[in-house]
Amino acid sequence: MIAQATGFQVTDELRDTMRQWRTRFAVFGAVGVLATVAGLFLVSPNQFYRSWLWSYLFVVGLAAGSLAWLMVQYLTGGAWGVIIRRPAEAAARTLPLVLLLFIPIFIGIRNLYPWSHSDLVRADEFLRHKQPYLNVPFFTIRALIYLGGWCFLSWFFNRWSAIEDREGGQTPRRKMGALAGPGLIFFGLAVTFMATDWVLSIDPRWYSTMYGLLMIAGQALSSMAFLIAVIVFLAAHKPMVDVVTPRHLHDLGKLMFALVMLWAYFSFSQFLIIWAGNLPEEIPWYLVRLHGGWQWVGLAIVIGHFALPFALLLSRDLKRNFKLLRNIALFVLLMRVVDIYWEVAPDFLKGSFGLSWMDFTAVLGLVGIWLAYFLRQLEKRPLLPLHDPHLSEALEHGRE
Amino acid sequence: MSEQGIYGVMAEFDNPSALVSAARAARAKGYRKLDAYSPFPIEELTDALHLHKNKLPLIVLAGGVIGGLTGFFLQYWIAVIYFPINIAGRPLNSWPSFIIITFELTILFASLSAVLGMMALCGLPMPYHPVFNVPRFSAASRNRFFLCIEAADPLFDPAQTSQFLGTLEPTEVSEVAH
Repeated sequence: MIAQATGFQVTDELRDTMRQWRTRFAVFGAVGVLATVAGLFLVSPNQFYRSWLWSYLFVVGLAAGSLAWLMVQYLTGGAWGVIIRRPAEAAARTLPLVLLLFIPIFIGIRNLYPWSHSDLVRADEFLRHKQPYLNVPFFTIRALIYLGGWCFLSWFFNRWSAIEDREGGQTPRRKMGALAGPGLIFFGLAVTFMATDWVLSIDPRWYSTMYGLLMIAGQALSSMAFLIAVIVFLAAHKPMVDVVTPRHLHDLGKLMFALVMLWAYFSFSQFLIIWAGNLPEEIPWYLVRLHGGWQWVGLAIVIGHFALPFALLLSRDLKRNFKLLRNIALFVLLMRVVDIYWEVAPDFLKGSFGLSWMDFTAVLGLVGIWLAYFLRQLEKRPLLPLHDPHLSEALEHGRE
Repeated sequence: MSEQGIYGVMAEFDNPSALVSAARAARAKGYRKLDAYSPFPIEELTDALHLHKNKLPLIVLAGGVIGGLTGFFLQYWIAVIYFPINIAGRPLNSWPSFIIITFELTILFASLSAVLGMMALCGLPMPYHPVFNVPRFSAASRNRFFLCIEAADPLFDPAQTSQFLGTLEPTEVSEVAH
């Protein structure tokens, strides 16, 4: 194959296209972030930190979810993941940036979380009881552990991947496999605690043991939809145009389909248990989200995040159609944004629906900056892992 | 028809890729009524024989939809119409708690439709099939691969079809009696 001879390097033509997109994303992102920061001074600090928090959760999902896909691939082997390995590695390499983007949340802890106010804690038996866990220093240390741990994992996987490209052999892969198991356990725990810390503690009285899993499914879905969109973009250019076939897309489409169902399953389980229990300390979370206009957002999520993608992805032909599958993936990403907003924002707005212009600028800004950095990382390495033990199997798999 | 006595012509291969390329060649030659036999599923064969389009997905979808409606309205009928009782002040039509059974019956009906629909479309159970008249055919469940072009095909001609199959490097070509 021609592409194999050139080592699947990013071609000059593709690099130019990627740089154009990078410039667009960077400009977009910079404008968005600057506008949001302007809002910090002009409108209200509270709104700035809220918009930043939920937008940040979406970006974390893309980066950390991609890292999780890498670890799943190293742990299970198989040919399906070879094609997404490089985009997932590039997304995992953005984790240091994601760590930096946490700084505004650290600064805004007091604007976001009621348990950080000592007068409120003193006055409330409940918060006093939770204080050994919910306090500013421990919150910050935990956040650093999640983000630092992911950066650490990403650094090792990318390092070994580079060694594999350079030298080949079984050793790098064996190391990746050995780290992927503990890495996934860490990932599962980190996302669960992260969800509790960053989202649930906005309302420190509410808890749900399902919420961590829901967040994991959401991150896995976000990142899979994102990786599908990236693969379809790459498949339109050399060298990947000779590699990616409908069968590869079919495999990824099936995974996205499964995750749409998994997310719906977790989401409904949480709702059903709380609805059936009907306990006064559990139901407020849903009461807030099912009244005052939020119920229409909830309905849009049921339809757009589950029913519609579920019905469409049943089709085999659709999963093998590059453009259609990419459009569904982008739509799923949009619904992920809506879902995160619906999960985070109602707690701040007590009772009625609200959406600030800063919510738009924050999400566009953060996603723009993140995408620009992602494309910068993506062009650094060949688009396929040259010495992956499953590479030839994956290429062969694509040919009918 | 003059070939009343023949069901078709069968070629035997000793490896799966020979079977797949033979099936492709036969399709390319214009044969449409052909079937392949193998001891294990070969994914490429499905593509080579263009077997992807059949009615089974529709049957399964219909089964799933019927199962879902059955599951939901079974509970709705009991809880709301036939035996309404007040449970902890909840509405009679407590749809969230119906969802689990609805989901289970969707899966149950869909999978039963898949099994039964597959059997119906394949014409199973089928105690007799002409291909069993080929003495070596029992090897199709061990280590041999067979491609049969049926006499019902408009292009079928016993001599020419046998000769064509002979060019595909089979280990043996034989006529299949009715």
